[in-house]
Amino acid sequence: MFGLKIACVLNPDEEYHELEDYQGRVARWCPGCGDNGILAATQRLCRDEQLPPEKTVFVSGIGCAARFPHYMNTYGFHGLHGRALPTAQGIKIRRPDLNVFVNMGDGDCCSIGTAHWIHSLRMNMNMIAVLHDNNIYGLTKNQASPTTPSGVRTATTPYGAYLKALNPLTVTLGVTNASFVAQVVEWVPDLMYQVLREAFRHRGFSFIRILQRCPHFMPDFYTKLLSSPDNLLVLTSEGMELGEATARVYKNVQAHDVNDLNRARELAGMEDQVPVGILYRNPEIPCYEDLRKPRRMHQPEHTRAVLDRAFDRFGFEPVGGSGPSPTESRA
Amino acid sequence: MDTQTLSLVADRDADRGARALAVEEHIVEIISDSGEGAQTAGQAFGTVSAKMGNGVWTVEIIPAEIEPPARSVEGASGNRIRLAASTVTNAGDAADLVVAFNEQVLIGRLAAGEFKPGAIILLESKWGSSPDQPIADAYAKVVGELREAGYRLIEVPLEEECRKLVENPQRGKNMFVLGMLCQVYSRDADLARESIELKFKRKGEKITRSNLDLFDAGYAWAAENLHFRFEIAAHPVTEAQVVMNGNTAAALGIVAAGMDVCAMYPITPATSASHYLSEIFDEVGGVLHQAEDEIAACAFAIGASYAGKCAVTITSGPGMALKTELMALSVMGEIPLVLLDVQRGGPSTGLPTKVEQGDLLAAIYGTPGDAPKIVMAPATIEDCFYSMITARKIAETFRTLVVVLSDANLATGQQAFKRPRFNEDWLAPPLDQSPIEGKRPPFDWDPVSGLSPRPIPGQPGGIYTLTGLAHTRQGGVAYAPEVNQEGCRHRSLKLAAFQKTLKPPVPFGDPEGDLLVVGWGSTRGAIEEAVTRARRDGLDVSSLHLKFLQPMASGIREILGRFQRVLTVEINYSDQLEDELIDEDNRRYASLAWLLRARYLVDVDCWSVVRGEPLKPGTIEAVIRERLEPK
Repeated sequence: MFGLKIACVLNPDEEYHELEDYQGRVARWCPGCGDNGILAATQRLCRDEQLPPEKTVFVSGIGCAARFPHYMNTYGFHGLHGRALPTAQGIKIRRPDLNVFVNMGDGDCCSIGTAHWIHSLRMNMNMIAVLHDNNIYGLTKNQASPTTPSGVRTATTPYGAYLKALNPLTVTLGVTNASFVAQVVEWVPDLMYQVLREAFRHRGFSFIRILQRCPHFMPDFYTKLLSSPDNLLVLTSEGMELGEATARVYKNVQAHDVNDLNRARELAGMEDQVPVGILYRNPEIPCYEDLRKPRRMHQPEHTRAVLDRAFDRFGFEPVGGSGPSPTESRA
Repeated sequence: MDTQTLSLVADRDADRGARALAVEEHIVEIISDSGEGAQTAGQAFGTVSAKMGNGVWTVEIIPAEIEPPARSVEGASGNRIRLAASTVTNAGDAADLVVAFNEQVLIGRLAAGEFKPGAIILLESKWGSSPDQPIADAYAKVVGELREAGYRLIEVPLEEECRKLVENPQRGKNMFVLGMLCQVYSRDADLARESIELKFKRKGEKITRSNLDLFDAGYAWAAENLHFRFEIAAHPVTEAQVVMNGNTAAALGIVAAGMDVCAMYPITPATSASHYLSEIFDEVGGVLHQAEDEIAACAFAIGASYAGKCAVTITSGPGMALKTELMALSVMGEIPLVLLDVQRGGPSTGLPTKVEQGDLLAAIYGTPGDAPKIVMAPATIEDCFYSMITARKIAETFRTLVVVLSDANLATGQQAFKRPRFNEDWLAPPLDQSPIEGKRPPFDWDPVSGLSPRPIPGQPGGIYTLTGLAHTRQGGVAYAPEVNQEGCRHRSLKLAAFQKTLKPPVPFGDPEGDLLVVGWGSTRGAIEEAVTRARRDGLDVSSLHLKFLQPMASGIREILGRFQRVLTVEINYSDQLEDELIDEDNRRYASLAWLLRARYLVDVDCWSVVRGEPLKPGTIEAVIRERLEPK
């Protein structure tokens, strides 16, 4: 408000982080790749929320999107294909002070790491999980992913993909404890930024599917959607305000009650339009790290006490001698 | 009561209780259908004996199913308790006295040679008068065979006696049996009552009372009806002791090591460690996380460790296989991690409840590419406790993965050992969040040791992105030829640096001789007992037990060289030269033998089996004799 940064007002000595402070190595995605826009929006979010870079961790799996942490000037964990979510949970479980972001591709999240996706929703740990969905395997060069629509020709489906695409939104909204579910397209940066911001402010597991262009392997895939903005159903809800430019282009706008799970599921299943915005939010669901908060902190005296109690339970003091003699005990 | 049978008992004495037969040691088995409480009785009997100052080893006899069919051969469930005047390090050879709740559970144990010829068998008699004719017939058949074979069979009206006290005698028979055994072995009845009270404390006074009554009834019944007693001299217990199994010891070791996070997925026979840990872990600030699968458990632990928290994951062979990719990530990213593998029979799902040492090579070499890690194996239950403390320290100091190979034998065996004295040095230092000065790279490899300090998220100045891809000192992804060469070199050098801290192992027996038996892990007690017996008869045999399998300490080469022959004894598969197609060109050796042959260029022979059983000292002794006394 009024261009004043709260952090500056409250703590003038504290370092103010510029956008550049969040920029890591030079991104090496293809020109036109949607990941670039997601990166820019994320860096902006970090700057606006003034996240201390050393207290922020980006966790990824394997794939094009998984290079994300390298391009952030924060701590990062570029781990294994599909395993970003459980790794991020491990990071968060005893470090609630860290801001944790997870960046996954559609292969990462919806194929090899599907079990983790389901269980992460149920655990509802406070982190932001971004599904960079470009509907194709890019890094391994053009294989069908679970979100590749049927009929699309890829290196492994030269006659067209056989199965209907998986809908990550309906899956997510079907899982117990899902607490924040959103979808955006990377070519509407205003909306993408606002949803990322709302996701950050939500306490719980915030899942955002970002539809993302892959100009290299799926060059024409979103052409139709791009040229007919009315096919995007823009959902507005509390805390979100469409920018002037966005509102001018995207006229198919609907106010949506983000507490309405049934409506969210209905929207998620739409086949003729693409809903963008926050579909569902429930701030009441407990976070796993809170449920598992230790009863006490790690202190040597606690360890000593617990061990002593265990050793008492399993132990005995010297009883001496050779025990009672057999005849005595039977007397 | 069958008086004819009683007369067979060697130590029969009309003036009962006047004389007990002094024995050096005895092996007792209590076997029942699953869920009848034989294990509870066995454990209590073992604990009381340990408290009285006997050497004790208790091991569970476990069926694979939770509730196998009643009265079935494969359903045998219970405990073996080995009592001795001196320290006991293993479950021994064959049982001297057996208590069985039905005759069927005896069949498999008999066939496996688990009972000594002429052993005393106390058998529940109710089946003989069963209205169900096939049951009565089966009972009569087995009873006949046992007598025929010379066992000293005594039929005991267990349920009949218990029914005098409780409505449902099926529950509680075990306490009656405990009373009987305490009488026969002249145990301190008050100690037994104490342990019963402790066991049933949570279930309320009524249940405790009824179990105490059943115990007293068994104690009195045996005084009246069993006319034999055994006395096993006890050595005074001069220091406080604890009695527990290896999984509990490992769980306590995890607490003592100051671990913050234990992530696991249920798998036999590892899970019981987590059961106990889950009861106490959050009292010390720890969290036990049951993940959705083995892979997630390992990733969770690695994430926690990356964030500066000490982490362990517990599993068994099939689970370790699933964790392989993450184990390599731990090595590649230099994230400290302790992996406890409680080995079971393999390959594949193999023998879930049975013992094997089949994971050694998988632990060392299982990861694709070069992933140098530290592999160690506890040899005793006490070792299971201390190994976790050691493993955590090594993992943090050397910024690497430490695999601890326990097994089903240690996991379920119970032994008394000196009560550990907590030492604050066991704990990890507090989380370091101080700023890192001067652009120190995340992999600031020391050119000699390969070691480097680890930045922890939260530390200003330490920002880096950890990657499983080949990376530079700065942590950047790089595929240049020299980058991977250098990374691999530094990670490998850490193993050499660690190896320099190891003391050479000391042979048991003599420093030189005709035969050296080399073992690792849980077989130590049985091997050393076999060596002791053989040496008593003048055989020139010694043994060597290895705690660190990767890397191996210096000095082993010299030790091997001082013996005419070297033989590993292991519980994993190796080919037999007797098989027609097997020769020196295709023989597959036991795991440790492979390692020793490859490293030391010594013609190491091996003897190994995969029968799913702990090795018996008598079996190993026979192998030693066969090697040293050729026919």
